[in-house]
Amino acid sequence: MSAFQIVFLLIALLTLFSALMVVFARKTIHSAFWLILALFGVAATFATLAASFFVVIQVAVYIGAIAILIIFTVMLTRRSMEESGDQLLPGWGWAALVVLIVFGGLVFMLLQWQGIFQPPQVLTAGGENLENLGMALVMPDRYVIPFEVASVLLVAAMIGAIYVAGDHKKRS
Amino acid sequence: MTNWLEDPIRWIAEWLYSVLVGWGILPSVADVILMITGAAILSTLALLWVLFLIWFERKLIGRIQDRFGPNRVGPWGIFQSVADMIKIFTKEYITPQGADKVLYNLAPVLAVASVLLIWAVLPFTRSIMGVNLNVGVVYIVAVGGGGVLAILMAGYASNNKYAFLGASRAVAQLISYEVPMVISLLVPVLLAGSMGLNDIVQAQSVPYLVMAPVAALVFFITSMAETGRAPFDLVEAESELVAGYNTEYSGLKFGMFFVGEFLHSFTAALLFAVLFLGGWRGPFVDQVPLLGLVYLFIKTMVIYFLIILVRASVPRFRIDQMMDLNWKVLTPLSILSFLVTAVIAKVLEGQFLFQVLGLLAGNVILLVLFMEWGERRNKRNRRPMVSQPRPLATPASDETSMAQS
Repeated sequence: MSAFQIVFLLIALLTLFSALMVVFARKTIHSAFWLILALFGVAATFATLAASFFVVIQVAVYIGAIAILIIFTVMLTRRSMEESGDQLLPGWGWAALVVLIVFGGLVFMLLQWQGIFQPPQVLTAGGENLENLGMALVMPDRYVIPFEVASVLLVAAMIGAIYVAGDHKKRS
Repeated sequence: MTNWLEDPIRWIAEWLYSVLVGWGILPSVADVILMITGAAILSTLALLWVLFLIWFERKLIGRIQDRFGPNRVGPWGIFQSVADMIKIFTKEYITPQGADKVLYNLAPVLAVASVLLIWAVLPFTRSIMGVNLNVGVVYIVAVGGGGVLAILMAGYASNNKYAFLGASRAVAQLISYEVPMVISLLVPVLLAGSMGLNDIVQAQSVPYLVMAPVAALVFFITSMAETGRAPFDLVEAESELVAGYNTEYSGLKFGMFFVGEFLHSFTAALLFAVLFLGGWRGPFVDQVPLLGLVYLFIKTMVIYFLIILVRASVPRFRIDQMMDLNWKVLTPLSILSFLVTAVIAKVLEGQFLFQVLGLLAGNVILLVLFMEWGERRNKRNRRPMVSQPRPLATPASDETSMAQS
């Protein structure tokens, strides 16, 4: 087993453990902090693949923005979010069944793919070509429509947030 | 082997490497050992440098306020911070009742770490730097998120209303000011055609302060707000919030927040020097690369001096003024400056001199127009008074009662 594989296994264990703790933690705020650790583990996985752009974006977007948003909402509802009763809901068996089917499906799909058995390719200097990514996002035959749809969605969310937060008393 | 005079740090590193390999250590392990040593030395030096910064700032603010500042320990009081440091080491740690122990202890560590992580990508000379990350600018933004997280942790885990209020305020401020900061960071990236900090320095044959003064101004103001110092220190407005998110911290844990804040504002000055003043560039730097370090520190100290000057002379903002400044002034200004820079740089591509002059003229025109527009808007809608002055004896008319409700 090479050092690379050991590092990967350690990161994977850390990520999976913190992902489990997100579900099992009793306080919602602890779940949020465990979630940050899990997302950090994913960033570390990107780092072992030498994809520095994705590392940085993962940290900036997920840890810098979304996690903070979650924590904000949790903190503003501090007392009501502490769980003390039984953590299992009545229908947990069905949920476990669905999870097992999805997990089995994913493993099956991955085993069909040859690339999973090969060691990762070592990127040459400049091999991570960001220009291609940028071009692909604005090329009409590639991802321009999903990209624009996402932008419209974000603008709509922003306008909605401003409307919700706005002062309506003045008009009435 | 490189020449030791030309590049002493690399020379030492290569010498150490050969010694380690000579001892029979595997080359890959020797690499890791060297990296860890370098990181440890850099962060230790940065933290020790804070001792000087604290003395410098106290002395300077003392002079501005017509006092002596520290003057008892050592010549000009220069060892005052050392004495303070020893005192803070010996103080008791107090953990408040009901605190979330793990998060409470993790927060100060994260606060210092998030600042020190920025130092990993700063180019000190042409070759002395942690890593020449090709996404350095985004890395800086991403790492800044760690500081926000630390404040949140401290505020939540302290189990104290004032700490929590302070943390909410701090996070609102930091997240808001990140928007114009990121947009103004885009301008040097656009001009240099790279996100790596060393590439940005290398591309600055003319400092970007000349080519993009508006972006530099926005970055200066927002980075000051990001460090949470006066005039943006309403995070720890004593009369409203006790001491903000670090109210419950004592001893070295408070010291870490304190050191983190000082180091952060120095790092902001360092970043400004790298991004807008040409970093290590200067005369004769090609012959003697180590001179770059001197140039970088001179430029940084000038900016740091300015930051302290602003801190000493401007009163604290109210929260609505702070948000107004961010969303109504800095954000549109940074977006406009980005657009203007992109258009002018593209139109005048190829003729370097015209490009520089065009960018300078464009930026100055933008700034003048923007200020004129702001002035007019201010005249048009003056801030309303909270309640109209009225004589005590008369009953309230409809208008005043409306205004009060």
